[in-house]
Amino acid sequence: MTGPLVSIRNLSVSYRRDASSPSLGNIDLDIAAGERLAIIGESGSGKSTLALAIAGLLPPTTAVNGAILWSGQPQLPRGGRDIGFVFQDASASLDPVMAVGRQIAEVAHTHLGLGWPQAQSRALDLLRRVRLPEPETALHAYPHQLSGGQRQRVAIAAAIAAGPRLLIADEATSALDTIVQADIVALIRQLVAEDGMALLFVSHDIALAAELADRIAVFRSGEMVELGTADAVIQTPQHAYTKKLLDAHIGLDAAPMIAATGHGHV
Amino acid sequence: MRRLASAPEALVGLGILAALTVMALAASMLFPGDPLAIKGAPLLPPFQDWSLPLGTDRLGRDVLAELFHGARASLAVGLAAAAAAIAVGAVVGTLAGFAGGIVDEALMRITDAFQTVPSFLLALAFVSVVGPSLTVVVIAIALSAWTGPARVARAEVLSIRERDFVAGARVIGMHPLEIALREVLPNALPPVLALSSVIVASAILIEAALSFLGLGDPNRVTWGGMIAEGRTVLRSAPFLSIVPGIALVLTVLGVYLAGEGVVEGTAVRKGLS
Amino acid sequence: MSRAFLLLRRRLVGSVFVLLIVVVGTFLLLEAAPGDAVDAYLVSTGGDAGLVEAMRQSWGLDQSAATRLANYLWALLHLDLGQSVAFSRPIRDVILERLPVTLILMGASTALSFGLGSALGIYAGARPGSLRDRFLSTASLALYAVPGFWLALVLVIVFAVDLRWFPISGFETIASGKTGFARAADIAHHLVLPVTSLGVIYLALYLRMMRAGMAEVWRLDFIRAARAKGLSRRRIVLAHVARNALLPLVTMLGLQSAQMLGGSVVIESIFSVPGLGRLAQEAVALRDTPLLLGIILVSAVLVILINLLVDIAYAFLDPRVGASEAGA
Repeated sequence: MTGPLVSIRNLSVSYRRDASSPSLGNIDLDIAAGERLAIIGESGSGKSTLALAIAGLLPPTTAVNGAILWSGQPQLPRGGRDIGFVFQDASASLDPVMAVGRQIAEVAHTHLGLGWPQAQSRALDLLRRVRLPEPETALHAYPHQLSGGQRQRVAIAAAIAAGPRLLIADEATSALDTIVQADIVALIRQLVAEDGMALLFVSHDIALAAELADRIAVFRSGEMVELGTADAVIQTPQHAYTKKLLDAHIGLDAAPMIAATGHGHV
Repeated sequence: MRRLASAPEALVGLGILAALTVMALAASMLFPGDPLAIKGAPLLPPFQDWSLPLGTDRLGRDVLAELFHGARASLAVGLAAAAAAIAVGAVVGTLAGFAGGIVDEALMRITDAFQTVPSFLLALAFVSVVGPSLTVVVIAIALSAWTGPARVARAEVLSIRERDFVAGARVIGMHPLEIALREVLPNALPPVLALSSVIVASAILIEAALSFLGLGDPNRVTWGGMIAEGRTVLRSAPFLSIVPGIALVLTVLGVYLAGEGVVEGTAVRKGLS
Repeated sequence: MSRAFLLLRRRLVGSVFVLLIVVVGTFLLLEAAPGDAVDAYLVSTGGDAGLVEAMRQSWGLDQSAATRLANYLWALLHLDLGQSVAFSRPIRDVILERLPVTLILMGASTALSFGLGSALGIYAGARPGSLRDRFLSTASLALYAVPGFWLALVLVIVFAVDLRWFPISGFETIASGKTGFARAADIAHHLVLPVTSLGVIYLALYLRMMRAGMAEVWRLDFIRAARAKGLSRRRIVLAHVARNALLPLVTMLGLQSAQMLGGSVVIESIFSVPGLGRLAQEAVALRDTPLLLGIILVSAVLVILINLLVDIAYAFLDPRVGASEAGA
């Protein structure tokens, strides 16, 4: 057994220099290779801050304390190569004036040392893998010509283009409507399984997390209040806040929720 | 004022403009009489005779006196042309945006036409047809400078004409023209006024270029005219062209700096509210 | 490129109306001018009253304003701009003779200001707030305040009178007998100072637009996404930030063409470059109003054509252009 892919030790993050109001405090968390971990919390809970910290994407003015170890080494993971990142708003996270094929190919070009023609043909393969309709045409399309769900598929293709070992999806499905959301979740599940990637799934939606993740971490006001297997957290929540989140959800749509945990269990 | 003080560039700009205003206002007191009168030997270099600190030009006229009187022409033309351009542009833009349809289309094509003709050529043609005087130069410059404010005003009007207070004015039966000019126009004005520094600066530059070509008011001293005068003795007395040019550069720079400071100041205020 | 084609067709239709308004405008200015073409002709030649009536009749000047406007339009449709009194030649021929020189001057000035201005703007905007960014920003603001005609004189004093690096005036060495490359080099040597004088203010403008645009783009989400993809800083700056910030500069290219044509009047006069701008100055000096208005008309056509080219270029650079129109 090798060690965890990512080890987070005593991590604190503050967006202000004086560190008086930490956005994230004293986090200890491991992500094993190939594991699917969901981070749950409301906005302001620090869940996105954690995702950005792992990927090294916090603004330079941020004060970061503690350690993030990648494969047991203190070296930083390389964005794009080691970690693929999918943001919430695919419309805004794609360059509006660059063909989507190029935006995928530039990752392969940068990290895999491929020439542009090879990188472009890899982009085509990736568009097929994320099941974009008419991938040959889509290769030369621009973001505004695609639907929201299609754009998020492109963003996912770009994130996995260099074969990273960790895929971080930061609220990657919350801007989409329910049906498209289910498709994207299914796609992420499939890609992660096929490539043996670890998944860090950041969401405010506990049902979605339960459907996708092996383990769930619950964040509140910059602290991790609960961490356990998905089944344990859903069925026997320990923390009052987790129960509150679950109650709120069950009250709305209980049926898909139970079906989802059942599915994850089998 | 405190906001402006936090931006040193704006402070420098306002300082330059204040100095210029003082120069323009004090010109007649410090240098009474006709600045075009001969005061000494021709082509006296600067810093030789302290009664004529900047020396004399080709005809023996006091360069410092000319510089002070020239500040008047530059400031007067710059401010008057910008005021006229903004007034006309704001009214045209408001009418176009508020009326919509064929009126809008016609007014905007006219605006296009004025933007298509190089503004300096238009000013040149107008002055040469009507004859040079300060008023004509002001009109000539405003003739092409109003298009920018018109576009901005129209865009602004389009965004505010559906708002509540406009609907309210409709309900109480105000005449559309009255609504446009009394309710919509004042609200569309701030972004239009933000253009004023650029318009003042370009008006000063166009006036200087017209005077340089001999199309300024022949009875007044202008910096452009001084530069043209100096050009005839460019080899032997280059300072005669350089000195008024520096005054021109500083003036335009002052206008830009002050303008940027004010725009940033209002942007900060908006951001805070 | 059917998208660009649709756009082009719409612009062309609009341009016809715009041109018509310009024509009516120049006609009104022509009418407002004191005296008519016959007076101007007589000033230069002299003649008796009988001749005056005959000429007025033959030139159609005794008819109503509406008829004269119709005649004016009819003549313009046949590309007839009238007769230049000062040059005793058709205005069209005089203008066409001068046009290439101005096009060369403007082309070179635009290339200099756009190329160097955007390159320096990228250099400054690559690191917002850095020392080089603040220096270039301040320097460009100072340059932006310098009137071209004054800069021209300063450049002449320094580089033509004192250092003697460049000729004081002219477009090329007269009767040098040079051809081909040697002639091009000679023209380039003559045009260094005029091109610089004409272009510096726009260089400052493009520099400022590029760095301001990049400062905006740096804040956008897709730049954070590009960093997450692990792209090199160089690639992020050039392929994403500068590429997006370039678009408003291209639009400015069209707006700037009219201003630069105006600026060429003074610059060409100072350097005695025999182009359209100097012709305009000569027309003013020789009181040849029809010639001046002919120049204005040709300039308007030129500006419209340049803007059409810029629109096409923009449509290639921004894939979003025309997307909403095609959908509507």
